[in-house]
Amino acid sequence: MSVGSPLNIGLILGAVIATAAVLIWVERRLLAVWQDRLGPNRLGPLGLLQVAADMIKILSKEDWVPPFADKGVFVFAPTVIMVTMLTAFAVVPIAPDVGIIDFNFGLLYFLALSSLSVYSAVLAGYASNNKYSLYGALRASAQTLSYEVFMGLSVMGVVMLAGTFDLRVIVEAQQNLWYIVPQCLGFAVFFIAALAESHRTPFDLPEAEHELVAGFHTEYSGIKFGMFFVGEYIGITLSSAMMVTLFFGGWHGPLLPPVVWFVLKTAVFIMLFILIRGSLPRPRYDQLMAFGWKVMLPLALVNLMLTGALVLMVGSDA
Amino acid sequence: MTEAALQRPPPAAEPPEPDIVAALRGRLGPAGLLCHQPTQDGIPTCWVAADQVLPALRYLKDEAAPRYAMLFDLTAVDERLRRHRVGLPDSDFTLVYQLLSFDSNDWFRLKLALPAGTASAPSITGLWASANWYEREVFDLFGIEFVGHPNLRRIIMPPTWQGHPLRKDHPARATEMGLFSLPAERQAFEQEALRFVPEEWGMRRSGEDNDFLFLNLGPNHPSVHGVFRIALQLDGEEIVDAVPDIGYHHRGAEKMGERQSWHSYIPYTDRVDYLGGSLNNLPYVMAIEQMTGIEVPPRAQVIRVMISEFYRIASHLLFYGTFAQDVGQMSPVFYTFVDREKVFDIVESITGARMHSSFFRIGGVAADLPQGWDRRVREFVDWLPPRLDEYDGMVMQNGLLKRRTQGIGVYDTEQAIAWGVTGAGLRATGLAWDFRKARPYSGYENFEFEVPTGRNGDCYDRCAVRVDEMRQSVRIIRQCLAHMPEGPYKARHPLTTPPPKERTMHDIETLIQHFLSVSWGPVIPPGEGFACIEATKGLNGYYLTSDGGTMSYRTRIRTPSFPHLQLIPDMARGLMIADLIAILASIDFVMADVDR
Repeated sequence: MSVGSPLNIGLILGAVIATAAVLIWVERRLLAVWQDRLGPNRLGPLGLLQVAADMIKILSKEDWVPPFADKGVFVFAPTVIMVTMLTAFAVVPIAPDVGIIDFNFGLLYFLALSSLSVYSAVLAGYASNNKYSLYGALRASAQTLSYEVFMGLSVMGVVMLAGTFDLRVIVEAQQNLWYIVPQCLGFAVFFIAALAESHRTPFDLPEAEHELVAGFHTEYSGIKFGMFFVGEYIGITLSSAMMVTLFFGGWHGPLLPPVVWFVLKTAVFIMLFILIRGSLPRPRYDQLMAFGWKVMLPLALVNLMLTGALVLMVGSDA
Repeated sequence: MTEAALQRPPPAAEPPEPDIVAALRGRLGPAGLLCHQPTQDGIPTCWVAADQVLPALRYLKDEAAPRYAMLFDLTAVDERLRRHRVGLPDSDFTLVYQLLSFDSNDWFRLKLALPAGTASAPSITGLWASANWYEREVFDLFGIEFVGHPNLRRIIMPPTWQGHPLRKDHPARATEMGLFSLPAERQAFEQEALRFVPEEWGMRRSGEDNDFLFLNLGPNHPSVHGVFRIALQLDGEEIVDAVPDIGYHHRGAEKMGERQSWHSYIPYTDRVDYLGGSLNNLPYVMAIEQMTGIEVPPRAQVIRVMISEFYRIASHLLFYGTFAQDVGQMSPVFYTFVDREKVFDIVESITGARMHSSFFRIGGVAADLPQGWDRRVREFVDWLPPRLDEYDGMVMQNGLLKRRTQGIGVYDTEQAIAWGVTGAGLRATGLAWDFRKARPYSGYENFEFEVPTGRNGDCYDRCAVRVDEMRQSVRIIRQCLAHMPEGPYKARHPLTTPPPKERTMHDIETLIQHFLSVSWGPVIPPGEGFACIEATKGLNGYYLTSDGGTMSYRTRIRTPSFPHLQLIPDMARGLMIADLIAILASIDFVMADVDR
């Protein structure tokens, strides 16, 4: 088995989609546990077959397009998030010899694709021809544009330390010291930006149920809604995998095989995403933007300068 | 029970004329103040001449000592079929203005007779802004025009409705009307009538250099707490204007009161503020008890207090959870619902029902407390306070939530009084005015509790006040637990429902009385009664008019949520959509309580 082999591609694609599906169950169960409820527990062992039931339901629903919508764009929009999120996974180095592609601009590629994914929300909101959707789309674009800036800046510290954009090399450089130690500030910014990029509570303003009904996907149902849904879960998985790759030493870890370490670490972050959803309220739109530009941007810049100074002083080992 | 007891005249013969009536008489002269009407509720009630309404109200509001600062209620009575109205001025429709003074903690009622042929009165929106919706309601339901009203449109009924439902000649049930049909052209007509035209709502389509976006929030929207619609005029996400539209939850509760027996109307009162359950029975049965002179025994009073406080806690818990949820916090609502479930378990074990137990009866309560009731209650009062402390950390101390709710939706005490705001919304502005303290009823004077207040009158304070109120309610329940009196749970009085039965097999009079009282319902002596309580959402008052029948002649339900919603535009202007949602959550209204 080597990086990029068809077997590798197939397995990773399957695993990612399966993860996204299982996450539906994981999220519902975990939230239920934290909220003193049971959650779906009837279908199959521990309610695991709920995933299958949900899938069947969502696939067999009527494929409906509202008559007032812009049909072509309306259908196209949900595919954007699926495609971008899945293709972004190509650069994630899961373990030595496990991955789809390595190239020296892997990190930039990830950033580019996660920016592209916002077109999904924007186009959906535009094509729905619904005021709530439009507001959701506007919020999504503004939010993603803003938080992209610091997401990019926050990982530059890692790039400086490792001296490369190649994700596999970045992981290998963390053999002895995970970048979370020198880059804790960078991680904090990256984590929050990743939350915002994935449009999860407390950054779910584009679909804020209590304000915008369902935001950009108000008019969506059936499999098209399902694609937004799954796309969001793949986004969470991707963000978690990137956190592990960039800051938590990727597959490195004692005793267990590298793949297991990678999966375990990623799972922790996924659960953190869910925990945050279960506990935090939602900031107001302008507060979110102010927080981004007034707190996150300076933090990211400070981190960048400190790292730069450090690298200059110690002398880069690259 | 003897025949004499059955025909006992209403108590309170001719009380001395209150000072304020004399003062008003001095002000208006004998031609202005037509008469002073003694009522069973003891509220000074004066009839004034048509041209003297505005001067009289202005005097009472601004100059009289004490000042009557709040327009508590404005309603009307169709007097055309009323038989018992000796000594009162000629009137087809009577407008009733009820004022509340915070200076002297007193009511005042002003009546304006509209004799046959007149169906208009001067608008008092210039005096009280809150009169706006009240006058629209009277216009809608009685067809009385208010001269000088800025926007006299229907408010409760649809704009295409024919007739005025609270008039006595308007049918009260479907069997009195023709068959309903909806031909295509009628449907098209009705739908066209619903088309949103901003100008009709008093909004412009464009500003100086921009076009506004109109967003229809509701009647179905996750955060409007029922069927409530707000037409928003938006500039980006900023609210330029917001116009509330109510009436989607109207069920004609007041009209139903006119054809249910006094007893069988009790379950309807549960459902007016459907989160308050039996708490809302209280003003209704209290008003009847006042009209009949029934003395409620101490045990019944304390049971009523205890049940009421349980419902207050249940309602506040629901508010607390949904408040957090509306600002985006997902989990608290599940925790508060667990607690609310415990409340309902207790309520169910005592009353037999959960949300709408209709447990109170004229003269007492439906049943005595079950054996062992105290164990569950004791468990609960020990359970809730630690949970509330936990929620404090989770919700009230949360920085994001504070940033979302502090300084949002602010009004001060003066504004609150001018708009008729009562309950936690009033106390959040810093005025410690709780009806249970100010005018204790049902024995609240015997309980120790505090009146929590806020300072800023914003969304956060409104929530904080309610949270503290739950702690006070627990305190009251603890006292009920410790000092539950012994004795009967219902008064021994022929007019109580269901009537006393023990002696029915001993003397024929009691048997007849029992038979009539059960089959027809009690006959309440003619007169007018009014009772008010501190309900879950503010002051809830029932103003009942009896014409000496088995049914109410007029049932007026003054609900707290109705005036509260009028304040939304003032609170929301210049803020963002998300703020409006926080404001809506903080008002704590249910649409059934608004539309009735």
